[in-house]
Amino acid sequence: MADAILKLERVCKAYNVGLPTETEVLHDIDLELDHGEFLALIGPSGSGKSTLLNIVGLLDRPTSGRLSIKGHDTASLGDAEITRLRGHTIGFVFQYHLLISAFTARENVMMPMLVDRGFPSAEIEVRADRLLAQVGLEKFAGNLANNMSGGQQQRVAVARALAMGPDLVLADEPTGNLDTRSADAVFELMRQVNRDSGTSFLLVTHNMDLAQRCDRIIEVIDGRIRA
Amino acid sequence: MNRWLPIEWTMAVRFLREGRLQTIFIIGGISIGVGVIVFMSAMLAGLQANFIKRVLTSQPQIQLLSPDQIARPLRNTAGEIEDAVVQRPSQRVISIDQWPKIRAQMQAMPEIVTVSPTILGSVLAVRGDASRSVNLSGVEPDSYFKIVKVPDYIVAGEPRLTSEDIIIGTELAKDLGATVGDKLNIRAASGAMRVLTISGIVDLGNKGVNQRVCYAALRTAQSLLGMIGGVTTIDITVGDIYAAEDIAQRIQAANVVEADSWIRTNAQFFTAVQAQQNTNTLIRLFVGLSVAFGIAAVLIVSVIQRSKDIGILRAMGTSRGQVLRVFLLQGGLLGFVGSLFGAAMGAFALVYWHSVARQADGTELFPLILERSLFIYTALLATGTGILAAMAPAIRAAKLDPVVAIRG
Repeated sequence: MADAILKLERVCKAYNVGLPTETEVLHDIDLELDHGEFLALIGPSGSGKSTLLNIVGLLDRPTSGRLSIKGHDTASLGDAEITRLRGHTIGFVFQYHLLISAFTARENVMMPMLVDRGFPSAEIEVRADRLLAQVGLEKFAGNLANNMSGGQQQRVAVARALAMGPDLVLADEPTGNLDTRSADAVFELMRQVNRDSGTSFLLVTHNMDLAQRCDRIIEVIDGRIRA
Repeated sequence: MNRWLPIEWTMAVRFLREGRLQTIFIIGGISIGVGVIVFMSAMLAGLQANFIKRVLTSQPQIQLLSPDQIARPLRNTAGEIEDAVVQRPSQRVISIDQWPKIRAQMQAMPEIVTVSPTILGSVLAVRGDASRSVNLSGVEPDSYFKIVKVPDYIVAGEPRLTSEDIIIGTELAKDLGATVGDKLNIRAASGAMRVLTISGIVDLGNKGVNQRVCYAALRTAQSLLGMIGGVTTIDITVGDIYAAEDIAQRIQAANVVEADSWIRTNAQFFTAVQAQQNTNTLIRLFVGLSVAFGIAAVLIVSVIQRSKDIGILRAMGTSRGQVLRVFLLQGGLLGFVGSLFGAAMGAFALVYWHSVARQADGTELFPLILERSLFIYTALLATGTGILAAMAPAIRAAKLDPVVAIRG
């Protein structure tokens, strides 16, 4: 499909390859994600969801199979090219928000742009403030990460994931650690971004209620996809 | 956030600032280490400078002498010696052969600073009923006083040496009951005699030397010792005092003279100076190593503590090189800041120790030498040590697998 931002063909992932303890955790995964699509990935713990997310996020490499992002086959890319592609194309939101505690909310949002350009600039600050306003946290821009609630931190993490204007955001149980109200607010925020900017989302969740509000649900069981 | 600072610098500073207690303790450790290095280096440099000044301003660094006179036994045929025992001949005081030519050669050598011909001999100093056997040095004051700083040691009178003057040691003046302006009768073994006026009294810091030392003008001494136009030694100073032995060996190889360097004639002193330098180097090395291990240990812990931060930074596109630089900079910053505090601590301790540590006569034990180069060198060394010490933790951080790091 011409519109696919992400395409996996017969992707397998095994650990301890060549050893007696070799374990294959993903088997022949075929998956496509279109531009602007909001996809939920569900499945029991240990089914391989996070491994799949790490492969899609270019944090890990498949043992076999083919992974294309925006039409680029990632198998031939070196470490530096992978890092660059990841930085420019993919945003991450993790369950434990993972803000860098030594920096303020604004600086955390600025961080992807800072590591890309090397130096701070007024333009980067303005963009960070706009993103914080988008997630409703403009008043907390100067707060250190530790001085915010879990829900607020997760919204900052969403703003940070959007900093580089990615085509794809990977969210690994972003609401798993939040109360129902905060979880709903964070999910709605991501849905809003998806609708407004056309950014694709791949959401790993255990929350069936949230999954059912996504465009499509994919279930992973024992390392295989059950559509 | 400072717009002039690359993001790696900002991260390094923030990470250090956030781990406040850890940072304060390691900077304290580095400061103590650097302080010890600054204190010991400056104190030993002072002590050494003092020793060298005392030794080298009261004697030449190289002394050229006539070679020993040796017996040449008769031989019947090649390899066959007639006498079974060859006795060493008594050594006459003789002039260095063609000394003006040798002096000119020495003056032409770029590594040589000062050359001064001298005549040495034993004479009797008589005043009234008192007489003492003394060593008379006949010198050219203009050049000789640049080698042995006689004017610096004058305690009475002036360092004047006309053909009628003599400068004597303090103990000799006491023994003879003489003072500046008094006449001394100088008698040589050959019977030659001159009456000279005491122009100055000198204290060379050693009682035995002060009992026997006498300086007269070269020509006066030559006539007294019966060696008109001759000299027994040529005294030399060189630019690099530690090269004196090498230079002496080259001179000896090229001329018919015996060349003694201060290193050979003061072997024990030189060994002590070398031992002191070696000890100082070893202490600096071990202090530097302990500082380096301290920095490495703290940064290793920091890498473990910050593994999630590193993971997320890598996930958002931070390269391995950037992560490496963040931790190398932390090592360098710890070393640099520690060296600033350490240099201040070392300098303060040195000034305090200089003010309380005194010799028995109340004079300073060592001169206070606080050179800017020592502080610059120490700061560079500490910063470099910090960067080197951070190498292992930084590589470890850069190699962290982001998946593993984020999972913690």
